[in-house]
Amino acid sequence: MNINKKKQFDNTLIDRMQYSNNDKQRLLFTALVLSFIVFLLIWRAVDLHVVSRDFLQHQGDARYLREVSEPADRGMIVDRHGEPLAISTPVESVWANPKELLRVKHEWARLCVELNLDLELLQQQLASHADKEFVYLKRHVIPEIAQRVKRLNIPGVFLTKEYRRYYPAGEVTAHIVGFTNIDDVGQEGVELAMNDWLSGTPGSKRVIKDRLGQIVENVEQVNLPHPGNDVVLTIDRRVQYLAYRELKAAVQKHNADAGSVVILDARTGEVLAMANQPAYNPNNRDELLVDHLRNRAITDVFEPGSTIKPFTVAAALESGQYEPHTVIDTSPGLYRIGQNVIRDFRNYGPINVATILKKSSNVGVSKLALSMKPRVMWDVFAGAGFGETTGVSFPGESMGLLSDYYSWRKIERATLSFGYGLSVTALQLARAYTLFAGDGGLKPVTIVRQSPHQRDESLYYKSESVLSAETVKNVRKMLQSVVQDGGTGMNAQIPGYKIAGKTGTVKKSGAGGYIDDSYLSVFVGMAPASDPRLIMVVMVNEPRGEEYYGGAVAAPVFSKVMSGALRILDIPPDDLPLLDGAQVASVSIDRLNGTGLRGVQ
Amino acid sequence: MSLLDINVNEFGERRQSLAESLHIDLPLLVGLLALAMISLFILYSASGQDMTVIWRQTIRLVIAFTIMLVLAQIKSNTLKRWTPWLYAIGVILLIAVLVVGQVGKGAQRWLDLGLFQFQPSEVMKLAVPLMVAWYLSEYPLPPDRKRLLMTIMVIAIPFILIVKQPDLGTSLLVAGAGFFALFFAGLQWRLLGLMTAIFAASAPLAWYLMHDYQRQRVLTFLNPEQDPLGTGYHIIQSKIAIGSGGLYGKGWQNGTQSQLNFLPERSTDFIFAAYAEEFGFIGILVLLAIYLFILIRGLLIAMQAQDTFTRLLAGSLTMTFFIYVFVNMGMVTGLLPVVGLPLPLMSYGGTSVVTLMSGFGILMSIHTHRKLLPR
Repeated sequence: MNINKKKQFDNTLIDRMQYSNNDKQRLLFTALVLSFIVFLLIWRAVDLHVVSRDFLQHQGDARYLREVSEPADRGMIVDRHGEPLAISTPVESVWANPKELLRVKHEWARLCVELNLDLELLQQQLASHADKEFVYLKRHVIPEIAQRVKRLNIPGVFLTKEYRRYYPAGEVTAHIVGFTNIDDVGQEGVELAMNDWLSGTPGSKRVIKDRLGQIVENVEQVNLPHPGNDVVLTIDRRVQYLAYRELKAAVQKHNADAGSVVILDARTGEVLAMANQPAYNPNNRDELLVDHLRNRAITDVFEPGSTIKPFTVAAALESGQYEPHTVIDTSPGLYRIGQNVIRDFRNYGPINVATILKKSSNVGVSKLALSMKPRVMWDVFAGAGFGETTGVSFPGESMGLLSDYYSWRKIERATLSFGYGLSVTALQLARAYTLFAGDGGLKPVTIVRQSPHQRDESLYYKSESVLSAETVKNVRKMLQSVVQDGGTGMNAQIPGYKIAGKTGTVKKSGAGGYIDDSYLSVFVGMAPASDPRLIMVVMVNEPRGEEYYGGAVAAPVFSKVMSGALRILDIPPDDLPLLDGAQVASVSIDRLNGTGLRGVQ
Repeated sequence: MSLLDINVNEFGERRQSLAESLHIDLPLLVGLLALAMISLFILYSASGQDMTVIWRQTIRLVIAFTIMLVLAQIKSNTLKRWTPWLYAIGVILLIAVLVVGQVGKGAQRWLDLGLFQFQPSEVMKLAVPLMVAWYLSEYPLPPDRKRLLMTIMVIAIPFILIVKQPDLGTSLLVAGAGFFALFFAGLQWRLLGLMTAIFAASAPLAWYLMHDYQRQRVLTFLNPEQDPLGTGYHIIQSKIAIGSGGLYGKGWQNGTQSQLNFLPERSTDFIFAAYAEEFGFIGILVLLAIYLFILIRGLLIAMQAQDTFTRLLAGSLTMTFFIYVFVNMGMVTGLLPVVGLPLPLMSYGGTSVVTLMSGFGILMSIHTHRKLLPR
């Protein structure tokens, strides 16, 4: 045993001696390999830390440092007195990262309850956006709900601040102001026309976001959001409201298709009111009909009919061939031109030029027109701005149509004289009447007040006179007789004020000619007639009732709205019989003092 | 050698210190404790200041250190006697895992023992080097052809069983442990060369046998940018985290990639990236130095081992530990494909810590149970 053990020990010794060389080699080898590996690791660390450091640091920053945009407040739209017509209020929108929200199905029910969403719809929405990282769940929720959603703390559900547009005047100003879409971009009206001016510049800030996109920390503000600019309209909300209310009532009463009212400041051409029927509520556009979107006063053209006659008469006076008292024989109430026959309502017999307008004689104006050079009539018509844009630069504005005089045939000259064969918009018609309201020049119409200088009358735009002061005076006098007892526009009378106006009852044209029993009732008028301050066009499209004459349908609207507008705008009456020649401005003061009417010389 | 041996006084006399009587190897213990401390620090940061994570890891470390100390008391002869049994039980458990194991993250690695889950492949990390060392130490070295084949069988059986789970990382580690024992036993150079050649030649075959996700990992390793949001995400984020740390790092708890959740698995397999981001290049050097210190200490223990069994065992265990470190660091820095290996003693997680510390317990036992020969 002992020997054996000894032998074994010797063996091991021999083994050891024999392999010690080998062992050393092995150790060296191991050490080499290990050093190599350690060197490799250190080299790699140097590579990452020193050589690629900038690149990797930049990459790292790019992963968590983000610039996010901050929404900017859209400018307000206000009326001429600063009353808001469109304002922005901050709201929150709820969005989700579908990839994350899909992972927490059990949370969906709670989310749907809070946001009043349909669970199935949510599921579909998420499924269809499964490979995206953004989907809106609900836009524009009130802050209270937003806070509740935030408190649910569901992974993958986020909030962003947005602005929602509110229109305090609702449908009353809908067509003028228009509206924005859910992304705060103007879609209609002034919102569209002045979108760039109204919309602000979104700001941006740099934030630290974690992998889930949650903002962890605000680092710095890169750009402050610049709120948009306000727009001041020439509209007077009170007048606008009045116009809208009366138009709506009239359209309903006469069961009409549509209607428009335009009120201009006769001195400046500013649009004080522009209302249309049918209208829509810009605050709730769920049941919106595209048809209701149109600002008909600007977009829709119609044949102006008898409301054009003052221009024919004015042209006749301007031609020098006629005086207001020149007599023209209109009997027998018919006038044949070629194959066509022009008819009057009845046979007026021989009447003077003033009476032609008062009675609205088609035969009379036709004879006037045919006796003039076409060019003379065209000059007045074109000078009244027919066939060209009004310059309000409103989206969807129509130019109307006025053909060139050298192409006019005889019958065309006759029909043009009483308002057929050309087309105008309600706004164009109102603007055209500014010819009769002032110095015989055409006023440019505006709907946006550019600057406070506009109050300075010396800076008002002076246009080239189309009509002489004499003609203006004469035509206005004739237009006054239209509204007086016995004229077609009696219903437009307003106690205390002299009114000048003209009715129009237009046969509507359709495919293949004029349609029977389809009319357009128009009234254009101005007040006070002695020094016009307001011009108003009332147009009611296709009244379906007993009455369809412009004098019966449109004139009463004029009377109601105009009397209100005159009162609202504090325009002194010019027809107070008791106080002939008195300065009327003091009347209201005296009334306030309770001392009764006292003239001040 | 006496430089690192604190138990020799200035007269060259050995004294029975407290550490020696408890069979503790102080240098090794100091190195391991340093790692454990760093681990807790970086875990606190990487877990998002989660104290429960810290407590759990602390408890694990305490258990693991205790096991290490217990194993340090066991003489290597006793261990040697247990070796075949341990190996046999390990193989049986591996088979059991394949039959009734728990499926977790797509692989069958766990055995549910009611109270806790248990990963038998971990046992093999110790059992294979033990078995190889035991088998080879019975016969003169270097092993002849027959024994070499037997040894390869000893390594191959658990290797194949673990590959089947599938757990390529662990299986390679287990095979590596066996191989190192074989290497230290004096495997002829030409045989070594031959094995390397066979290994290289079998690469296409391995590709064919690999699972899809494993192939994907290799592809991703070769070009992580081909799918930056999918399979390449881990490695790109990890490289960014390491590189953006710079020389001095972003500071404790200031690592943006890890704190903001961009770095995946940042408290487990990719903890090295989180560490590198916050402590920078200097931090990496310090960590590497500690690992190297432990490695050198382990190799010294192997060199001073008094019989073949302990020598092979100590060398194998130490080298396995180092391979662990190298593979993890290599994977996190993009030098190696992504294999799910934790960074020893740094990563959050239980089983591997226990196995590793058991290994160190054995190392301590080998060193402190030497028969002190007169010089």
